Amino acid sequence: MELKEKMLASFMAFEEKIDTHSELHELRSNAIKNFENKGFPTKKEEAWKYTSLNSILKNDFSVFPKKENTIDFNEVKKFFLHEVDTYKIVFIDGVFSSFLSATTHDGLDVCLMSSALTKPKYKMIIDTYFNQIANKEDSLTSLNTAFSLEGAYVNIPKSKVVEKPIEIIYFSTGNEAALMTQPRNLIVVGENAHVQIVERHQSLNSNPVLTNSVTEVFAQKRAIVDFYKVQNDVQTANLIDNTFIAQKQESRVAVHTFSFGGNITRNNLNFYHQGERIDSTLKGITIIGDKQHVDHYTLVQHATPNCESHQNYKTILNDSATGVFNGKIYVEKEAQKTDAFQQNNNILIGDKATINAKPQLEIFADDVKCSHGCTIGQLDESAMFYMQQRGIPKKEAKALLMYAFTSEVTNSIKIPELKAKIARLIATKLGVNMGFDL
Amino acid sequence: MLQIKNLHASVEDKQILKGINLEIKAGEVHAIMGPNGAGKSTLSSIIAGNENYEVSQGEIFLDGEEISEFAPEERAHRGIFLSFQYPVEIPGVSVTNFIKTAINESRKANGKAEMPANEMLKLIREKAELLEMDRKFLSRSLNEGFSGGEKKRNEIFQMAMLEPKIAILDETDSGLDIDALRIVANGVNKLKNENNAVLVITHYQRLLDYIVPDFVHVLMDGKIVKSGTAALALELEEKGYDWIKQDQTV
Repeated sequence: MELKEKMLASFMAFEEKIDTHSELHELRSNAIKNFENKGFPTKKEEAWKYTSLNSILKNDFSVFPKKENTIDFNEVKKFFLHEVDTYKIVFIDGVFSSFLSATTHDGLDVCLMSSALTKPKYKMIIDTYFNQIANKEDSLTSLNTAFSLEGAYVNIPKSKVVEKPIEIIYFSTGNEAALMTQPRNLIVVGENAHVQIVERHQSLNSNPVLTNSVTEVFAQKRAIVDFYKVQNDVQTANLIDNTFIAQKQESRVAVHTFSFGGNITRNNLNFYHQGERIDSTLKGITIIGDKQHVDHYTLVQHATPNCESHQNYKTILNDSATGVFNGKIYVEKEAQKTDAFQQNNNILIGDKATINAKPQLEIFADDVKCSHGCTIGQLDESAMFYMQQRGIPKKEAKALLMYAFTSEVTNSIKIPELKAKIARLIATKLGVNMGFDL
Repeated sequence: MLQIKNLHASVEDKQILKGINLEIKAGEVHAIMGPNGAGKSTLSSIIAGNENYEVSQGEIFLDGEEISEFAPEERAHRGIFLSFQYPVEIPGVSVTNFIKTAINESRKANGKAEMPANEMLKLIREKAELLEMDRKFLSRSLNEGFSGGEKKRNEIFQMAMLEPKIAILDETDSGLDIDALRIVANGVNKLKNENNAVLVITHYQRLLDYIVPDFVHVLMDGKIVKSGTAALALELEEKGYDWIKQDQTV
């Protein structure tokens, strides 16, 4: 059975397990219909021109894990920000792990989506926000909506400054031969509230995994959201991340995506402006090798006046790795005085590495400042000579230069422990031990 | 210490050095002067091992070892230091972390253990003081947003940390005001001893008022056309380079 058919059949099995009389059921049914009509995206679609899912879709993925799996904390400690206290929502093969989690209802809600979707006290929030900003036309987002049941639910009330970062981690044990999961996250950040979130998907062995994740973020007036996505998975794991962010006036949302691992990774990152003087930041570092593939597909929809967006993506490709950057900035007629900036710099180290970079600016307002820059290059030879002259061997000099290349992105990480962790990951990816925390 | 024999070099098929002979002994300060385009910077780059230049003929010896096939870092590990005319900016890497890496890489190459952190810190403080550098300066990204003077001072700071056998100062005086010039020259003079040597490459005589050379060589059109003592530099300052050209043709 093809995976699409399997998904459709599994939906019927899924219906047995859920309350089909709830309002959510209509939403799920419509979503599966859309997926049924459209199927998995193919390279024929403009948006998927450079990323083919064919090789992954051949796997016979299980849709529901056969049994509940557990993990020993010590085995996975390194995937957490263990030096600092954090809230944690942890899932194992798509199932919530209360043992590894540290949720809260004390002044804010950090808990699981399955309870938020079913318990009356969350109904108002769910009715207001759930599936409101997610793209209902997109087949993969619809597939996730159809199976939406579990994930992270975060609700930060007005004026709450959350002191501890929130970690959302999805582990795959690999106990299934091949597993497909549909995590669904909802993050609502109230007026003047401030939160930091770290999301990670991590497989623990080399059985193939396909994660089709959907995250909706709502930032109310003057809210500040720092969202970090750490993608350093094993090379048999595939991730399709669909993130939708709606911002109200004067809110500031920054998403940093660190893509170091995985087989095929696709990041669909969408920002929608719903007020004036909004600030959106999209930054990413991609360092991959072998035959790894990372595709950043971004959209900033400037719909209101006086807003800013800043995009900065750095990519280093080794071996036969392939990268894609498709950055779309859409400025509506009403969005006067927009300041939209996009930068994408790529370094190809591998002889067979390729990058497809495509900035897309669609501007319908006449008083805007939009700029984009895209570079594809090798390492600066004069800088190499300078460092070698100081006794730093070629390999280390290269690594140091590549680190410098990524520093515009790492510099804006606001959680020091995460910054140090990312620096170590970068050093590891570049194959060097610099002898200091970069 | 450093011997250059009949050195010919080119870049992109353009012959730049046309038979350089030079010997620098321990304890000596040499200056190479010459008009723009004479090949001064090429010579310093080649001694340091810049692979963009092709050495077509000749040899370079450091303490009797032929080094012209060595990688830049191998030459650095053997004690060659080049103060760059245009030091490179490396964002995200602090002055301190950069010099730590440089020192420990050299030590590793020479079979020594890494320098203990407290010893390193002490050394950094001592040398920063010598160059009258502010403590804040050390945590800034290497050369990023530095003024011309700060960049040069940072070069000499690195030289002081690395304690090379032979230091080549390529146009170190360019872009320096008189105070910075004094500080930089003072740093070089304090580091100078009977076991090391300095090669000053300069267009103007100004720096040589502070770092007094034992020998002055005039490089023109890829060759050393005249050598003399510090007095030669003063003569050049007064008369320019044209009289040597005329001398040559005579």
